[in-house]
Amino acid sequence: MLKIWSMKKEQQKAENEGAAAGKKKKVTAAQLRVQKDLSELSLGLTMRTEFPDPDDILSFILYITPDEGMYNGGRFSFSFNIPPSFPHEPPKVLCREKIYHPNIDLEGKVCLNILREDWKPVLNLNAVIVGLQFLFLEPNASDPLNKEAAEDLRANREGFKRNVKIAMSGGAVRGEVYERVLI
Amino acid sequence: MDALTGNITSEQDRWKYLDKIRTRPGPNTNRQVFDGSNVVEYMSKMRVLVIGAGGLGCEILKNLSMSGFRDIHVIDMDTIDVSNLNRQFLFRQADVGKFKAEVAAEFVMKRVKGVKITPYNCKIQDFDEDFYMQFQLVVCGLDSIEARRWINSMLVNMVDEEVEDTYKPMIDGGTEGFKGQARVILPTVTSCIECQLDMHAPRAAVPLCTLASIPRQPEHCIEWAHVIAWENEKPFPKLDNDDPVHINWLYQKALLRAREFNIPGVTYSLTQGVVKNIIPAIAATNSVIAAACCNEALKIASNCAPFLGFPDNNYMMYSGNDSIYTYTFKHEKKDDCPVCGNLARELTVDPTWTLKELVDSFATRPEAQLKKPSIRAEGKTLYMQSPPGLELQTRPNLEKTLVDLGLEERQEIGVTDPAFATVMFKFKLKFAIK
Repeated sequence: MLKIWSMKKEQQKAENEGAAAGKKKKVTAAQLRVQKDLSELSLGLTMRTEFPDPDDILSFILYITPDEGMYNGGRFSFSFNIPPSFPHEPPKVLCREKIYHPNIDLEGKVCLNILREDWKPVLNLNAVIVGLQFLFLEPNASDPLNKEAAEDLRANREGFKRNVKIAMSGGAVRGEVYERVLI
Repeated sequence: MDALTGNITSEQDRWKYLDKIRTRPGPNTNRQVFDGSNVVEYMSKMRVLVIGAGGLGCEILKNLSMSGFRDIHVIDMDTIDVSNLNRQFLFRQADVGKFKAEVAAEFVMKRVKGVKITPYNCKIQDFDEDFYMQFQLVVCGLDSIEARRWINSMLVNMVDEEVEDTYKPMIDGGTEGFKGQARVILPTVTSCIECQLDMHAPRAAVPLCTLASIPRQPEHCIEWAHVIAWENEKPFPKLDNDDPVHINWLYQKALLRAREFNIPGVTYSLTQGVVKNIIPAIAATNSVIAAACCNEALKIASNCAPFLGFPDNNYMMYSGNDSIYTYTFKHEKKDDCPVCGNLARELTVDPTWTLKELVDSFATRPEAQLKKPSIRAEGKTLYMQSPPGLELQTRPNLEKTLVDLGLEERQEIGVTDPAFATVMFKFKLKFAIK
């Protein structure tokens, strides 16, 4: 009795494995959409992408080197992780360096409306990278994630600019040491 | 003897009125497709899948069994909670903790003689195409959009245009408080769940900055505890929404934050509601919607009356908020639907071609005409025209043959071209050596 049982189980297992091997992988909607978005990216001279594994297009790194504004001279990188539910959910974006910015906190979380509450499936990756680039040109004191930096920017723009320079060269602002991001 | 006869009579009585409806044509019956002589046998052999054995599922299982379906399968991964007992009437106090699918199946089989219900205590994602292929009809009583989208894309992708049996009609019921909907989806023929995604109002997200800086509502404080405080402090390795200790931790954190900003209204049950995104369930709504769904199942199976779905109306919405209101309409199929608007087409290729030859061939193929195509397979980037770094990384592939790249017959590839902003092609490879 027991033997028949185990034989039957063995057989079913073999059948299942056979079925799995015969299954052809299908392109998922998220992957196809990311593929389309990537082929339409307009990076310009200030941005560059890097794919640690070219076969996994759902995770990559974006480098931004602003050529104007108060973050000019730095190089910033963001990790992009795109969920399988993309484009119904936004990509997950984190700044990989510890930087002094009112809209980016010390853990790298980014406050950009289209990455959270204002994300819509019609938006694409290009909209996200343009938004990130804009954060470096126009840091926004009214949507703070780093509250001290926001108050600094609001109270004394020139002082804030100096602090950004100090932070970008690896110095400390108000006791917090930042990462050197100068090229 | 009398008792025996009595039993038989009552068993027959049970189906008397149902059989009058399904074996005889009525004023609205399409007589070209209706065959009353074999409908009873056909329905008793038809294999129906019910997804979900909760509020809607209990009603659906009971209704289908009483409608003449005799081979029913049911999937539900959940176990019975004491809070289910007020409306999930197939469950009793003693069943708490047992699997819903199993208990529901057993209960209905005991009450309706001749019905076989096969339970599966697992997720729908645990099964593959071969499993879903065995059914002729799928009825869903689900509470999550994710699960609906999953089964929807499974049923759409299963369609093989040349094989009739691969078209599985899907009936979807859904309720939220006093509101509900019943809809019929004929995969690839009518508008699918993905086409109708905009019918579900998404949960309003709160800006991270509001949570982090100035909360205004008790919900903001709870979300703050949920999103920020938990991440920072990690009091337990993984947040379990069903663990009262975890919920209580969030509640205490939210309470402190609410006090700091002078916001009233943070309670334990609100915390639970926000974190678990709880939707109130009303027994009456469930029974109305389940009845509508099973009515469609009976009509689809027997052709005794026109069913929802084709060619016109496919969506019935119900609202019991303000007296009772229903409205039935046609939700149009979307041509650019990522699931049903973009089915893989067959592409004949020579497996000994290099990838470059395949790329170049797209320019002249009448079905594509793409000058700068980027090509990927699942888990394998073959060639991307841009961004520049990825182009460089994938360029060596151009010299390799399709076989060397590991491509197989029937495999799908995705093709995009920046020149056509809306173009996303899916092709199923067919090998032919030239």
